[in-house]
Amino acid sequence: MSRLQIELPGLSLKNPIMPASGCFGFGREYSKFYDLEKLGAIMVKATTAEPRFGNPTPRVAETSSGMLNAIGLQNPGLDEVLHSELPWLSEFDVPIIANVAGSTIEDYVAVSKEISKAPNVHALELNISCPNVKEGGLAFGTVPETAYEVTKAVKAVSSVPVYVKLSPNVTDIVEIAKSVEKAGADGLTMINTLLGMRIDLKTSKPILANGAGGLSGPAIKPVAIRMIHQVSQQVSIPIIGMGGVQTAEDVVEYFLAGASAVAVGTANFVDPYCCPTIIENLPLLLDDLGLYHIDELIGRSWKTEWTLQSSSR
Amino acid sequence: MNQLKTELVSQRQIAESIYEAIVYNESIDESFKPGQFVHVKAGGGSDPLLRRPISICHVEPKKHLLTMIYRAEGKGTNLLKSEVPGAVIDILGPLGNGFPVDELREGQTAVLVGGGIGVPPLYYLSESLQERGVHVHHVNGFQSKESVFYEEEFKEFGPVTITTVDGSYGESGFVTNQLDFSFDYLFACGPSPMLRALESYRSKGKVYLSLEQRMGCGIGACLACVCHVQGDTTALKYRKVCSDGPVFEAGEVVL
Ligand SMILES: Cc1cc2nc3c(=O)[nH]c(=O)nc-3n(C[C@H](O)[C@H](O)[C@H](O)COP(=O)(O)OP(=O)(O)OC[C@H]3O[C@@H](n4cnc5c(N)ncnc54)[C@H](O)[C@@H]3O)c2cc1C
Ligand SMILES: Cc1cc2nc3c(=O)[nH]c(=O)nc-3n(C[C@H](O)[C@H](O)[C@H](O)COP(=O)(O)O)c2cc1C
Ligand code: FES
Repeated sequence: MSRLQIELPGLSLKNPIMPASGCFGFGREYSKFYDLEKLGAIMVKATTAEPRFGNPTPRVAETSSGMLNAIGLQNPGLDEVLHSELPWLSEFDVPIIANVAGSTIEDYVAVSKEISKAPNVHALELNISCPNVKEGGLAFGTVPETAYEVTKAVKAVSSVPVYVKLSPNVTDIVEIAKSVEKAGADGLTMINTLLGMRIDLKTSKPILANGAGGLSGPAIKPVAIRMIHQVSQQVSIPIIGMGGVQTAEDVVEYFLAGASAVAVGTANFVDPYCCPTIIENLPLLLDDLGLYHIDELIGRSWKTEWTLQSSSR
Repeated sequence: MNQLKTELVSQRQIAESIYEAIVYNESIDESFKPGQFVHVKAGGGSDPLLRRPISICHVEPKKHLLTMIYRAEGKGTNLLKSEVPGAVIDILGPLGNGFPVDELREGQTAVLVGGGIGVPPLYYLSESLQERGVHVHHVNGFQSKESVFYEEEFKEFGPVTITTVDGSYGESGFVTNQLDFSFDYLFACGPSPMLRALESYRSKGKVYLSLEQRMGCGIGACLACVCHVQGDTTALKYRKVCSDGPVFEAGEVVL
């Protein structure tokens, strides 16, 4: 078995590296740079029932080692994704994780039911953590009861395993994680962006037309690492980690914290070859660390000697 | 479009806060078209994080040289200006769709209107048009005498009118005061108010405008740089400045 192979609910990953939702479109642009089959999986842009234009521009602003975005879930809508984007992606032998968003529980259910039937969609990622839309999104992800309800409702209709994308904009992320696990979630993805703002000195107004936006990039990595370290010790479902990943070293840090796979977002904008480069470098890094398989790293930062020994082969 | 590790060949200041950088890479060739841009990584680390979109100002395809002209303004461009010859500059490009040079025929007239840091892409355009036998007029607007650049360079391809907002050089006022002649094509790049004012010149000939927008990826994946389409009642249609533009025919998108 390959040293990078990871098995997760619905996902047989040849390597644990995948582009994060919203940072890779539906793959068309990056396919001009490299063969998408190199990727472990692809998390595609959020899909809503109807097409959305999203927020006015400017939609991005730079911060120290990070960026703010307020795209506002712009997407072509369920029909277009089902009839154009997913069929195009089916040319590639790579599992797709469909990111689902909505304004009401009914929206999430309707989109999940249909999109989970697409042959190349191997898992859903419920986006209950988008900070950039007025209704829905984050509102579902910050209250344990509503996070539970939407997860349960989607689980009832989905043909594939359901991962829930958690927001870091909460006081107690463990509480939310536990409630979506209880609702039947097959896995967690974390973290979505942190709410932030930048103000232009010349105009004295926020740079983003939306005012606030979501912070991503290297600046948020320690926040994500801390949250995964906390959550992975309290739940028994796997975690796909994300937030500021740029290198193979970052990936190893995520695994040590408790992640079983890792997504790369903002780094794609800086270096379009970021994902394949990480995939190439991982085995070399495992050699350096004296490990054979990447799964030996999962949760090593908190597992005791005994659990490490009994889980290694 | 590719990621190129270019070598900085020369860098010099050509006006107040304005720098001209020339970079070399074997892949810089005819595929770089006037009006397209490159996405430049300033510095090697993650601060500043994002790339900076900079227009293609000139290309020497046989020598594999690319000229960029930029204003040192914020973190990224100030870092760029401190690079010395021999430095490796990471660029992504060529990106986007440029000016429709192939549409123009010998003997036609084109007016090129530039505002401030919108002037650079017009230089390569002007050379390309002049090579096709197009009559080229330039109207380039700046803030003041200190910020004027490339006047002599543009003169090689056709007459040049310079305007300054404070009247310290050339004609006083805005470029739009200097446009009362007829043309087949008008090409413009500059601040949004200038581009909006030029939209009405559509009645006189074909007008193409090069837009600016804050970008994430620069290649069409992140939807940071979208604009609405004119006359679209659903308000759902959009164009991406990075990959559908940055050059649009006037009337296509909402400015
Ligand atoms: C297609 C295109 C072509 C361009 N061509 C040129 C050129 O030839 N010469 C030139 O000097 N400038 C050009 N610009 C503008 C240039 O991209 C910005 O001036 C530059 O990004 C500012 O970076 P900074 O590090 O100085 O500023 P910072 O304030 O540090 O920038 C912070 C962030 O905001 C973005 N940003 C700030 N101002 C602008 C702007 N006006 N447009 C787009 N993004 C901006 C930056 O890219 C960065 O992500 C062009 C812009 C676009 C969209
Ligand atoms: C421009 C942009 C668009 C995004 N769009 C989405 C989205 O549609 N759905 C979603 O769940 N997350 C979205 N995200 C969040 C990312 O998937 C990811 O969780 C976050 O950016 C942290 O990872 P990073 O630091 O590697 O970018 C977006 C992020 C960015 C920067
Ligand atoms: S900058 Fe990403 S789509 Fe244009």
